[in-house]
Amino acid sequence: MGTRNYRRKTSHSEHGPGDGGRTGSWRVERPVIDQSLCIPCKRNKEACFICWLFCPDVVISRTIPPKIDLEYCKGCGICAEECPTKAITMVDEAKFSDEVKDKE
Amino acid sequence: MNKEFIEIRWHGRGGQGAITAAKIVAEAAFTSGYAGVVMAPTFGTERRGAPVMTSLKISREKIYDLSPIETPDIVVVLDHLLLKEADVTSGLKPGGIIILNTPMAFESYSFKDYRLATADITAISVEAGLPHGMVNTGIIGSLEKAAGLLGIDILLKGIEEEFRTRKPEKNSMAARIAYERTVAGG
Amino acid sequence: MHIIENGNVAAALGVKLCRAAVIAAYPITPQTPVTERLSEYVEAGEMKAEYIHVESEHSALAVCIAASSTGARTFTATSSNGLLYMHEQVQWAAGARLPIVMCVVNRAISAPWNVWNDQQDSISQRDTGWIQMYCADHQQIIDSVIKAYWLAEKVSIPIMVCYDGYILSHTYMPFDVPDQERVDTFLPPFQPDYALNPKEPANLNTVTLPDVRMDVKGELAHGYMEIRYLLHEDLRKTLAVAADAEKRFAEIFGRGGDPYLEPYRCDDADYVAVGLGSITYQLRVSVDALRKEGINVGVMGVRFYRPFPDAAIAKALKGKKGVIVFEKALSYGYEGALASDLKSALYEHLAGTGHLPLVQNFIAGIGGREIRTDDLTQNFRAATRSRIAKEPVWIGLKL
Repeated sequence: MGTRNYRRKTSHSEHGPGDGGRTGSWRVERPVIDQSLCIPCKRNKEACFICWLFCPDVVISRTIPPKIDLEYCKGCGICAEECPTKAITMVDEAKFSDEVKDKE
Repeated sequence: MNKEFIEIRWHGRGGQGAITAAKIVAEAAFTSGYAGVVMAPTFGTERRGAPVMTSLKISREKIYDLSPIETPDIVVVLDHLLLKEADVTSGLKPGGIIILNTPMAFESYSFKDYRLATADITAISVEAGLPHGMVNTGIIGSLEKAAGLLGIDILLKGIEEEFRTRKPEKNSMAARIAYERTVAGG
Repeated sequence: MHIIENGNVAAALGVKLCRAAVIAAYPITPQTPVTERLSEYVEAGEMKAEYIHVESEHSALAVCIAASSTGARTFTATSSNGLLYMHEQVQWAAGARLPIVMCVVNRAISAPWNVWNDQQDSISQRDTGWIQMYCADHQQIIDSVIKAYWLAEKVSIPIMVCYDGYILSHTYMPFDVPDQERVDTFLPPFQPDYALNPKEPANLNTVTLPDVRMDVKGELAHGYMEIRYLLHEDLRKTLAVAADAEKRFAEIFGRGGDPYLEPYRCDDADYVAVGLGSITYQLRVSVDALRKEGINVGVMGVRFYRPFPDAAIAKALKGKKGVIVFEKALSYGYEGALASDLKSALYEHLAGTGHLPLVQNFIAGIGGREIRTDDLTQNFRAATRSRIAKEPVWIGLKL
């Protein structure tokens, strides 16, 4: 059939950000990392990254500090649940002012 | 607005209770003699927090057309942040009414072709003793103030009936306060 | 008593009123709320029924087959791929002559994936020997469930009560919930001609040979072909029994009319639109609009799809200039299923009489593609001007 024809005649989705839309808008709670508890931050070392590992949407980066992509983070809370040092807290999205949100 | 056939589109977030609000209005309309009421939520995969729409059609006659509302007479926006995420005025009839839950002043908005009604339902609900974010009963009061469709008493009664096991007086208080405080433009 | 609820609740209430004794169902969008609601009724003691958890739709219907064989009134519900998953059992239930009632909440089938409404799921099962009823609103949903149990138990054939996913299942509108006493009057307890009984063990639906053969009693038992013929013959006889059901229902509940068709402004119409389910109500708006333009049109909903009420349809459409079939399914590789069946009925009854209308087939709403009333009206109008094509015309395609 040829790849182009195949794509026309079937439903075909390749990986890439944003296929589900700007899912960050779904968030009711936002994960916030306390760097004083976060292992890679404290040790300045590429270690742990369990939050990155468990995030079902791969919106956390393996960086020091880990960065959460708020464009897509849905606020599921799994990172906070799994963090071994409880460095991540889920905070009510409403607490973040419009000003801060506009900057994102 | 043609009071024989009214189309209202509600914009909320999944889990916020737009469907319940629309249902209360639908029941009140039916009891008031509107033989046709049809209420339909967004169809499909939804999650808590995602923008959703609910449509409510009210008619003196039975409604046979269940297709989505294209030109609403009224749009109800349960969360002002949705103005950035959804085209809430899409299809709104010229002169149509927008009911908006917002902490910002009425004067800070300019919707040229439409009539705006605002209230800080989030704050009013808390004042009435409800948890933060429960705005779906308060908004009914704003709707009635702006559109004057059914009479506030029948709506308050409907709210108390729907919420009879879940703080009925506080929910109807939120609607009552919203009804009094809603600023509605001409 | 009138309530405002969604179509799934209407279905669940119907099942509750009919005192179903065994419920086995697997959740699938958009049917899930039916099963949830029924499980709540059972849990709360409002229904005296066994709610059996199963791990698939195939098992759900298998459980219903077993339970129904012992004389229990059973219910299941499904949609789309769930119906396809149980297809083997669907065929089985009909061949086993069991009066199971199943709600099919119409949803598109895969591939590709889609959770929204069209009617391919139930239409793809039209050859299985099940009776199929289609509902255009919530009143019809609850009433059809009640009628279905009476009818199924009368003719010993399972029934699918079909209604549009989301458009009806998740939409709220007012409908009357009949009271329990009246339902009990209409629908007595299930009394099967035969029920499996440990005291008299038997083997049901055993292997049959191509030809008839003697049974253990020395009698000539029906072979496969006879058993299958009798299913078909009884299905054809069901048309008359369905008319009885409708009459009986009207006597007890005060509403009802034509058992097979729901016409609107068809008497003096030159062109009649035909369809299944909620689209036929939406077409009423198109009919009213075109009538205002001076075009004599009507719309006819088909309530019974199988057995196909060919004589009634041909009688209703005799002498019309054109019949325009709007449907949400097709027999891939040819044309719309309803259009095909309709043409066959018209040909059978009207060929050579000079009263044979032309048929135009439209396909709409596949995979939940929005059906705008204006588009229906436009296409309906165009079809009254001339026959557009022999092949089905797809409305709203965006190639």
